[in-house]
Amino acid sequence: MNHPQAAAAFLKDQARASWHDETLWYVRDKRDAASKRLPEWEDLRTLASDIKEHTLSQLDYYLEKFEEKAFENGIQVYWAKDAAEHNQIVLQILQSKECKALVKSKSILTEECHLNPFLEKNGIAVVDSDLGERIVQFLNQPPSHIVLPAIHLKKKEIAELFHEKLGTEKGNEDPKYLTDAARIHLREKFLSAKVAITGVNFGIAETGEFVVCTNEGNADMGVHLADVHIACMGIEKIIPRRKDLGVFLRLLARSATGQSITTYSSHFRSPRKGKEIHLILVDNGRTAQLSRSNYRSSLKCIRCGACMNTCPIYRRSGGFSYGSTVPGPIGSILSPGLDVKKYSTLPFASTLCGSCTDVCPVKINIHEQLYAWRQEITQAQGWSGKELSIKLAKGIFTSPLAYRVSGKILRAALKSLPHSLIYHPLNAWGKGRDLPQPPASTFSEWYQKNRL
Amino acid sequence: MPPHVGLFIPCYMDQFYPQVALASLELLEKLGCKVSYPIGQTCCGQPLANAGYERDTLTLAKHFVTLFKEVDYIVAPTGSCVLHVKSHFPELKGMEAELEKTQAKIYELTEFLTDILQLTSIKGKFPHKVGFHASCHGLRGLRLSSSSELQEPTFHKAKLLLDQLEGLEWVPLSRPDECCGFGGTFAVSEEALSICMGKDRILDHERNGTEILTGVDMSCLMHLQGIGSRSGSKLRYLHLAEILNQALS
Amino acid sequence: MNSRESILQAIRKLPREKKNLPELPDFGKNSDLLAEFCQSITRNAGEVLSLEDFQEWMKEKNFKKVISLVPDYASLSTQAMPEDPHALDSLDLAIVEAPFGVAENGAMWLDETSLCHRVLPFIAEHLVIVLRSAHLFPTLHQAYAQLQDASTGFGVFIAGPSKTADIEQSLVIGAQGAKSLWVVLVD
Repeated sequence: MNHPQAAAAFLKDQARASWHDETLWYVRDKRDAASKRLPEWEDLRTLASDIKEHTLSQLDYYLEKFEEKAFENGIQVYWAKDAAEHNQIVLQILQSKECKALVKSKSILTEECHLNPFLEKNGIAVVDSDLGERIVQFLNQPPSHIVLPAIHLKKKEIAELFHEKLGTEKGNEDPKYLTDAARIHLREKFLSAKVAITGVNFGIAETGEFVVCTNEGNADMGVHLADVHIACMGIEKIIPRRKDLGVFLRLLARSATGQSITTYSSHFRSPRKGKEIHLILVDNGRTAQLSRSNYRSSLKCIRCGACMNTCPIYRRSGGFSYGSTVPGPIGSILSPGLDVKKYSTLPFASTLCGSCTDVCPVKINIHEQLYAWRQEITQAQGWSGKELSIKLAKGIFTSPLAYRVSGKILRAALKSLPHSLIYHPLNAWGKGRDLPQPPASTFSEWYQKNRL
Repeated sequence: MPPHVGLFIPCYMDQFYPQVALASLELLEKLGCKVSYPIGQTCCGQPLANAGYERDTLTLAKHFVTLFKEVDYIVAPTGSCVLHVKSHFPELKGMEAELEKTQAKIYELTEFLTDILQLTSIKGKFPHKVGFHASCHGLRGLRLSSSSELQEPTFHKAKLLLDQLEGLEWVPLSRPDECCGFGGTFAVSEEALSICMGKDRILDHERNGTEILTGVDMSCLMHLQGIGSRSGSKLRYLHLAEILNQALS
Repeated sequence: MNSRESILQAIRKLPREKKNLPELPDFGKNSDLLAEFCQSITRNAGEVLSLEDFQEWMKEKNFKKVISLVPDYASLSTQAMPEDPHALDSLDLAIVEAPFGVAENGAMWLDETSLCHRVLPFIAEHLVIVLRSAHLFPTLHQAYAQLQDASTGFGVFIAGPSKTADIEQSLVIGAQGAKSLWVVLVD
């Protein structure tokens, strides 16, 4: 994956890119307004960060406690070291129930594990029940945003899609009409599904319960009608106490969409009588990330998506330009932990403006971690390191050089820089930008002549 | 005793914008500082470090620390380089104490004027509509003003200075602190995005009536000016030091 | 070694700095809780009804299939609770009572002990929640303090009707759950 190329392709359609930017900026604006209604906003961020830091520092303890309590509540708990094991566990549960079709509400973890294609290969039909996810599923696309899966699509495209898939009127683009059509379509799926899969927003060690947040009510419609509920949970989703939910639920929706809370915050503690809840705790690279001191705190993430909405790059390059399950700034610090070579351009897809860090409800220092990844990636001397050094040479240093080869001081500076970075003749600066007019003399020359 | 200020001028400014360096020098002198410009200044290493080559900036950092050893304060008309010195200078073995001193005494120009010189009554005129570009490293790194993301009391060091000038009209923007897309190497490694972001910033200023676009980082202004000039925009660009120095003359 | 052990081992072998679990402040405030609650519900696209308005509203709507689980309004039911929750699909209206609500966000707590079927407040086309106006907390912190010892198998905060903005960020009320939410405030 090469972010600059993907971004340039996205920007070819300027009107659309500008619409994408405006749409997400609108969400960021709502987040600002919602956060500013709470005088204790910054205190809540600090508390959330401290709770997560504490939990990560004793993750083994809390996982065991959670497992013990969940078991007492009648939940069956599984552990999966990676995506393959997670998928296999899900498949085994489905096979034991002779299940051939299921409904699934939004779960970034199952996207990360590529659960859908795996199940389909094994003859099981999966219906994503979140509207945005259903839309992208129809198109055979991944979500382009973790909270707003179909944010890259225009209603015209969705209308065409629904006309084809759900038989809606041709040309009817009214979002209400389209949502109604999806409601009827999904209702039928909910009523017939024997198994429902959900993600997990928070797992509470103290009580062994877990919380799932939605606006549509799709998670609840699925699980309360099915016999079996499978909940897929990354091991970093643990929080110690039930009362900690007060902190996290106050932050989550406000950060994500500017709502004060999601419409539904469902607390699952034990299955209905005669029914089952299976919960899978998944590592898939998380303990490895925990071992990297520079990037450990990325595991505090509660997947609100605020860093995407605020990111000037994400807004103008779209979620697919990142080529990773979690796009945007947080994805750019998580993904290199999974495959540093594949995702090597992502930490450079940023100006290090720092806006992501300031909106993050759990205070992850995202832009500093991007900076740290850059140091590692160039050190590894992978493809991107070389490529970037060339670009660097083209841009920053050669432009002044081309115009002021006599700049004594700059030459002095350049002596201490690595050779390969400097002497490249091409100039990537001037494609869309004029260069400043070269002055008669440098400041340093003027100073030596007039002041010394 | 007036404070002894060592003026640090970023390499691209020395080469392309000597008038901004001169304005900074004159301004500090008008305000009663003893200013010297140590000869032999080099790039601080920021473009390299942000591109992932912090390890190659050791020589530059050592040179910097040595060069500015004698002065009371280091003042630079850039937020970005100052942030680099403060946060991203590499570990200097055997020079830890000097490094710490350097990092404690370096100031971006406007914060030096508001926090150290505590300027509250500048007498001068600048009858223009001025739009301010809040460069990210100054804004979210050095906290030169409050930022739109955080819940905090509103403050703005540059505005505090500009508001004192007679006739100056501050232009409010739709997105007062969005990045311009310069970002050092980003400007070339993500060229398409960088240009798009710059155009969006210019448009915001034009729509809101900016006549002169100012800021505390000439690198962002160089990028914006380059895009503006290519597309025939009528905006004028001045570093904040130039505005203050003109207004005070 | 099984995966459980290998994951726990991987965590245990890491050098870790102990970090304290913070105590949570109350963040309580003395505002007009009722006014704030009503504002929050309205912002979430829910509607608030007085008892009188509710009675008028019921007459006007004339729902065919109604289940009321609120003892005071048991007579509003038009049918008995089915054994199979799937049979609730055609239900026009569910009327339930919430033990408390939260002023800052309009969320109301429901737990399965008062729902009969967990799916009830989601599957009904429309939902009425009866709430005593004195049973309001300023924020979620006080709400969770109240829930500290609750051990119900399922509980949910509901803060409005089901909604989505997945099509071009246009807000549409009535996604997969109840299409409208009416809060009846009683003394």
